[in-house]
Amino acid sequence: METGELTIKQAHEGLKKKEFSALELCRRYLDRINEKNKEIFSFLEIVADSAMARAKEVDEMISNKKEMPFLAGIPCGVKDNILVEGIKCTAASKILQNYTAPYDAGVTKKLKEQKALILGKTNLDEFAMGASTEHSAFGPTKNPNDLTRVPGGSSGGSAAAVAADLAVFALGSDTGGSIRQPSSFCGTVGLKPTYGAVSRYGLMAFASSLDQIGPITKTVDDCKIVFDAIKGKDELDSTSIDLSKIPHDKYDLKNVRIGVPKEYFVKGIDPEVEKIIKSAIKKYENEGMRIEEVSLPHTGYALPCYYIIALSEASANLARYDGIKYGYSVANQKREKENSLLDVYLQSREEGFGPEVRRRIMLGTYALSSGYYDAYYLKAQKVRTKVIDDFNKVFKKVDAIFTPVSPILPFKIGEKIEDPLSMYLVDVYTVSVNLAGLPALSMPVGSVGKLPVGLQIIGRPFEEDKILEIGKLYEHF
Amino acid sequence: MISKEEVKHIAKLARLGLSDKEVGKFQKELSSILDYFEKLKKIDVSDIEPSSHPFEAENVLRKDEVKEEQSKRNKKLLELVPETKEGYLKVKSIF
Repeated sequence: METGELTIKQAHEGLKKKEFSALELCRRYLDRINEKNKEIFSFLEIVADSAMARAKEVDEMISNKKEMPFLAGIPCGVKDNILVEGIKCTAASKILQNYTAPYDAGVTKKLKEQKALILGKTNLDEFAMGASTEHSAFGPTKNPNDLTRVPGGSSGGSAAAVAADLAVFALGSDTGGSIRQPSSFCGTVGLKPTYGAVSRYGLMAFASSLDQIGPITKTVDDCKIVFDAIKGKDELDSTSIDLSKIPHDKYDLKNVRIGVPKEYFVKGIDPEVEKIIKSAIKKYENEGMRIEEVSLPHTGYALPCYYIIALSEASANLARYDGIKYGYSVANQKREKENSLLDVYLQSREEGFGPEVRRRIMLGTYALSSGYYDAYYLKAQKVRTKVIDDFNKVFKKVDAIFTPVSPILPFKIGEKIEDPLSMYLVDVYTVSVNLAGLPALSMPVGSVGKLPVGLQIIGRPFEEDKILEIGKLYEHF
Repeated sequence: MISKEEVKHIAKLARLGLSDKEVGKFQKELSSILDYFEKLKKIDVSDIEPSSHPFEAENVLRKDEVKEEQSKRNKKLLELVPETKEGYLKVKSIF
């Protein structure tokens, strides 16, 4: 069966019109994975049997002329830090190499209710800590546009799978840019929803005040379809929100105002990236959208602020991997001398966690430790208030903000791995959004050679629909 | 630059084993990142309220009751535990 590159919309129509069956569609994607995954390594685990079984259910629905949800029969990937019951969930870490998810995440439940075909689990930086997917304990994912380059991270496996058409869509998670930056690097569309818009139940916690799950797709329309399918209140995540209770002002796209923060176009941005972003903004202006320069004065402080908060939360969240409750443990291994309880902690975590995760746990522990708490963690929380205020002020004047997603193009595999700080600096345009809990879209607007460049569209809290509509305009320019 | 002793102290607080060889490596790497964090020293936020979340968060309470599906799940969760005894998690003796 030859289907070409399919969007969710096209696959949904094709299934309804019986141009192909769900089983054929499923097989076609499994074949593609068999053929391509060795070189791209976007999937850590394939679950062909359960995907095929679900595809048969969908085909029965079609032959019985039952109402078809949008995602029914659509092949997808799920980032391997999101639980799918009965399937291994490793967070790309040795410490969870043999961990089988004992329940479904909130978003997994919703995918299953719609009868989406989960093909497998996608690669990531260990515990979503990284910007290149090189920190996976099981090996790096490659950028499908140029196999010598990184796909971005941490949801690099998800973005690469969609870009290489090994899945029609995928779920990622975004703590400081982990959906948007790989989307920019791979040429996919990615949405980081507002904090609380999507349940985090069953997402392995990295930084609980920043984490959100979101879609990675081929088009803006598809992004909306997946977002609509996974959003909403979940009793099992107390920070999730009933979106129907949030009032929305009516707006006319013609009257929308866009802000462009001057602090995002300073030293450090690749001139080629800057040129593409500016020309994309110019296109919007030519189509009649009102564009104005705005200022987010605390932008320069957002990155250190983000890292202190994210790593502090991470050091607390990752304390659960202790060799006692689940995951890798030396407790039942024969060692030269009998292990004490402290040895079980120390050795299980030393041997189970990779270097970047250990680095981050130590930095977070330092920032929270006696004598340093005020200077690091408390200070960062206060700076966070300033970053949020900056956005609040700007959003009184404009409806959305345009910025680049990444200051640089996809870099070479190995280029930054030895210098952790240089890898952190890649996140400069994406982290403020998480500190302020805002929704933001990453969308391809050009490329340098084969390497895609993404535009970031940041919206007010819970105005995902507006930024998606603004993004969609570009696809028709 | 943080000292080697500090690196060992943090690693112990974080319950992370560390080989002697790694102490020097982490000392260098952590120091360069902590130096970067010093950037926050330049901003005065002494009279600003700290934010723990993007939006005001309120406590959400629920009744503490046993749910049937949770008791069913207990078995699955215990299967993931490295060492158990009679339905309990087993840890090394601490005395």
